Amino acid sequence: MSVSQMSAHNDPRRSFQGLILTLHAYWADHGCVVLQPYDMEVGAGTFHPATTLRALGPKPWNAAYVQPSRRPKDGRYGENPNRLQHYYQYQVILKPNPANLQELYLGSLKAIGLDPLVHDIRFVEDDWESPTLGAWGLGWECWCDGMEVSQFTYFQQVCGIECAPVAGELTYGLERLAMYVQGVDNVYDLNFNGREGDEKVTYGDVFLQAEQEYSRHNFEHADTTMLLRHFEDAEGECKALLAAGAPREGGPQRMVFPAYDQAIKASHVFNLLDARGVISVTERQNYILRVRNLAKACGEAFLLTDAGGFNFQTEAA
Amino acid sequence: MPDLLLELRSEEIPARMQRKAAGDLKKMITDGLVEAGLTYEGAQEYWTPRRLTLDIRGLTARSKDVREEIKGPSTKAPEAAILGFLRKSGLTDVTQAHTHSDPKKGDFYVAHLVKPGRSAEEIIAELVPATIRAFPWPKSMRWGKASAKPGSLRWVRPLQSILCTFGPETGAEPVVIPFEVDGIRSGDVTYGHRFHAPDAITIKRFDDYVAKLFSAKVVLDAERRKEIIRHDANNLAFASGLELVEDDALLEEVSGLVEWPVVLMGEFEQDYLQIPGEVIRLTIRANQKCFVTRRSGAEETTLANRFILTSNIEASDGGKEIVHGNGKVVRARLSDALYFWNTDQADLPDREELRASGDKFGLDLAKPLDQRMARLDRLDVTFHAKLGTQGQRVSRIAALAEELAPIIGADPALAKRAAVLAKADLTTEAVGEFPELQGVMGRKYALLQGEANSVAAALEEHYKPQGPSDHVPTDPVSVSVALADKLDTLVGFWAIDEKPTGSKDPYALRRAALGVIRILVENGVELKLLPLLEDHDGVAGRTIPAASDEGTGGIKAIGRAIVSVFHKGRDTNQNSLDLLSFFHDRLKVYLRDRGARHDLIDAVLATDSANDDLLLIVRRVEALGTFLDTENGKNLLAGTKRAANILAAEEKKGTAVADAVDAAIFKLPQEEALFAAVNQAEKDAAEAIQRQDFSAAMQALSQLRAPVDAFFDAVLVNDEDESVRANRLALLQRIRAATGQVADFSRIAG
Repeated sequence: MSVSQMSAHNDPRRSFQGLILTLHAYWADHGCVVLQPYDMEVGAGTFHPATTLRALGPKPWNAAYVQPSRRPKDGRYGENPNRLQHYYQYQVILKPNPANLQELYLGSLKAIGLDPLVHDIRFVEDDWESPTLGAWGLGWECWCDGMEVSQFTYFQQVCGIECAPVAGELTYGLERLAMYVQGVDNVYDLNFNGREGDEKVTYGDVFLQAEQEYSRHNFEHADTTMLLRHFEDAEGECKALLAAGAPREGGPQRMVFPAYDQAIKASHVFNLLDARGVISVTERQNYILRVRNLAKACGEAFLLTDAGGFNFQTEAA
Repeated sequence: MPDLLLELRSEEIPARMQRKAAGDLKKMITDGLVEAGLTYEGAQEYWTPRRLTLDIRGLTARSKDVREEIKGPSTKAPEAAILGFLRKSGLTDVTQAHTHSDPKKGDFYVAHLVKPGRSAEEIIAELVPATIRAFPWPKSMRWGKASAKPGSLRWVRPLQSILCTFGPETGAEPVVIPFEVDGIRSGDVTYGHRFHAPDAITIKRFDDYVAKLFSAKVVLDAERRKEIIRHDANNLAFASGLELVEDDALLEEVSGLVEWPVVLMGEFEQDYLQIPGEVIRLTIRANQKCFVTRRSGAEETTLANRFILTSNIEASDGGKEIVHGNGKVVRARLSDALYFWNTDQADLPDREELRASGDKFGLDLAKPLDQRMARLDRLDVTFHAKLGTQGQRVSRIAALAEELAPIIGADPALAKRAAVLAKADLTTEAVGEFPELQGVMGRKYALLQGEANSVAAALEEHYKPQGPSDHVPTDPVSVSVALADKLDTLVGFWAIDEKPTGSKDPYALRRAALGVIRILVENGVELKLLPLLEDHDGVAGRTIPAASDEGTGGIKAIGRAIVSVFHKGRDTNQNSLDLLSFFHDRLKVYLRDRGARHDLIDAVLATDSANDDLLLIVRRVEALGTFLDTENGKNLLAGTKRAANILAAEEKKGTAVADAVDAAIFKLPQEEALFAAVNQAEKDAAEAIQRQDFSAAMQALSQLRAPVDAFFDAVLVNDEDESVRANRLALLQRIRAATGQVADFSRIAG
């Protein structure tokens, strides 16, 4: 679906949700399963099991989804026009990456109204790494007129495991992209629903109050004693679930997704503790390592499941 | 002779890797061609963000046949030996071998082998894939379907196509050299600009390659792209009455981000110009890869509110949207920078909690930079896991700077104040964002809060010099803090045994030592390093936690140990020996770079003195060099060497040498004259050295020249009488000792 086919209020240049719908339509057209956000608190779209776990193993996998992402430390009580503790990432994962992934990505920019003969689109070196997920890849920041609008990564390793085959990951910062195409300087002024006058709903209408409240929570009120306990609990539960689902008599691993949820939980709790400033520099490293160990254990277990390619016959070379 | 054109087209190559990669490609391919027996007239490499290209001219069409003879066994040799020879030479039957004769050995077999030459096409078809597979990218990746299997091709980003044509410059058409690398087949097709010319282009040879790419909006030559950017940027600036602030590193990077450079000018609000120029420049450069401008004739840091960007397209709207978009981002970044600049000048919220740290350093917590120092201390920011916190480090530096100040001629109170604030800007927002502005920001904030000029300057200058060509601080306050900072670093890392090894010097300790040397020598500061370390043993506790944990006792022990080496008697410590000899090594490099003779430095360093005053060593080397250029110097050197050689030879034989010269058994007047001269020269030289007047010391020694020459002319050291001989040898020893006060002459060449 191109811009011209969208109804006016779904025009991605006027409507935040129109931007999302356009990307959904585009990537659905290009063979992705369009998923809904993962129902847990995560720091980035990469944490969704549809990326972290599905990037592993030999089976092809193409998915696109919006992922609400939480970065407790980035809260600014709604006072900063660019920074949010809760925002949206649009995530596309294609495994193996198609040979024309760059063209596909540029096609998606055209779909939302960015003409590459008007706007200066550039691929600028940026190697991606997630210490908590034990993941890294090579790729670029994608610039549009000097602004980073997406991250483009060829995953080389996830959960400490070599990707075979490699998946291509595209992450669009939706608010930033929308601000650019809508020509808005303050995120809270974004037109959310593409309507005007009384019918218009802005990003601020939807999220400003939440940003203020969560900033209070993240920085001032989150109960750190409880969170420390939750971290321990999630870590313990993750390991226990993996152990309980461990393969029997050459069968598959039987409980990876629930275990991985606990790894996600531990990661988010860590982010909250970090925002509360109760984690020292040396401890910080240690917590990251603990989360990574959970992610690695889940990744290794995933390879022993059906989705992870257990007993999967790769096509003959 | 034919030419080779090779293009490796990929997804966007990081700008910082392109130049080296193109060079590596040229080297690997040309080396491989030569190794395979081909020659070529010229090779030139090119690069853009999306391609590495190699143009090789005048390649030989095939390699020459190589003849080889393999000697075999005697024609009468047993069957087994002959079979072995056939295996080795690849012959199927011994009748294929020739028979050679040797007068001694008789007849024996020789295999005459001809390794036929190979065509250049064949060689290239092997060489290029091998080069691609072994290419030394600093970081490489796998991609696509092929990456499901182990051992798939790695490249910096996905490799999209390989163009490889070979053929004569004119006349016959070049051909594609066919090969395949992980499913990518070589061909004669490439693509132009990603957006302006997305269609395939067929290429014959380099000339039409460059021309066709240019029509497809790709400027192949990076130097040409740089010229375009520089030229257009200057013009744009000039047209607005401005000057471009040149930035070669940025130009290099930007030329690696575009295939078709189009330079545009953007603008930001005047208001942001209250931010220091360095900060604006770094903000715009680091984040946006844009150039900044200044009013014509204005200083480098007095910027104008225009910036210059390089886009990769000829936009259909003339670049309006591009300028608008970039301007938006630049404004957002500058608004962050302005926030940092203002925040750094405001009070910290948690001042109550800073009181203890404030007291510890004598800080005035009403002042912003003092608050930042207190926070640095209070946060226990680690300097190095084994060397404690930044706060502890600042304590040590401050104490040392205060002690050094009188020696340097600085006001100790100012030196201490500067040292206390030296690292405060590490906790400012501006330095947090741009670490390379450490010191620069400290100076600005210090001036804003009314610090003395010399204190403010020291906050920036104490990091200098940063290398052999960087500027050396001269203000006494800056010098005191710079020395204290560097000495603390060196002694600290020596204490925890983190010394530079080979090419590894992660803490830039060589640079620190060179800094100390340059500051002392170029400012003419006499400073005895060893007592300094010893005297300061109590300073601020000199807390180096790991060092005391490990029982080496920190700087105090090191200082004492270094001293003990030269004051004999107490335990020596290998670490301390190392540290001084590290300074000596660095000093040698420094002096050698300035044209001093290596042997003279060695000769001076080999003397008995502690040699811990670097300036004096330099002066001694200079005086020695001047002296040796004179006739007296040359002759004395020869005489002293002769004396030393005789002594060495006799010492080796075990000949007795008297403990002291006995004037009573002199037989010749030349002995008497030399003895008197040695006594006088030794005394005069010692006094001169005491006054650190090395040319006077040399002058005193030069008085030895005539008596030494006369002695060797008239006296035979090897007298039959053993006691006379021993006495004469003792006299020679005195010559060596006298000159040895200044330098070990035996180490001097010539």
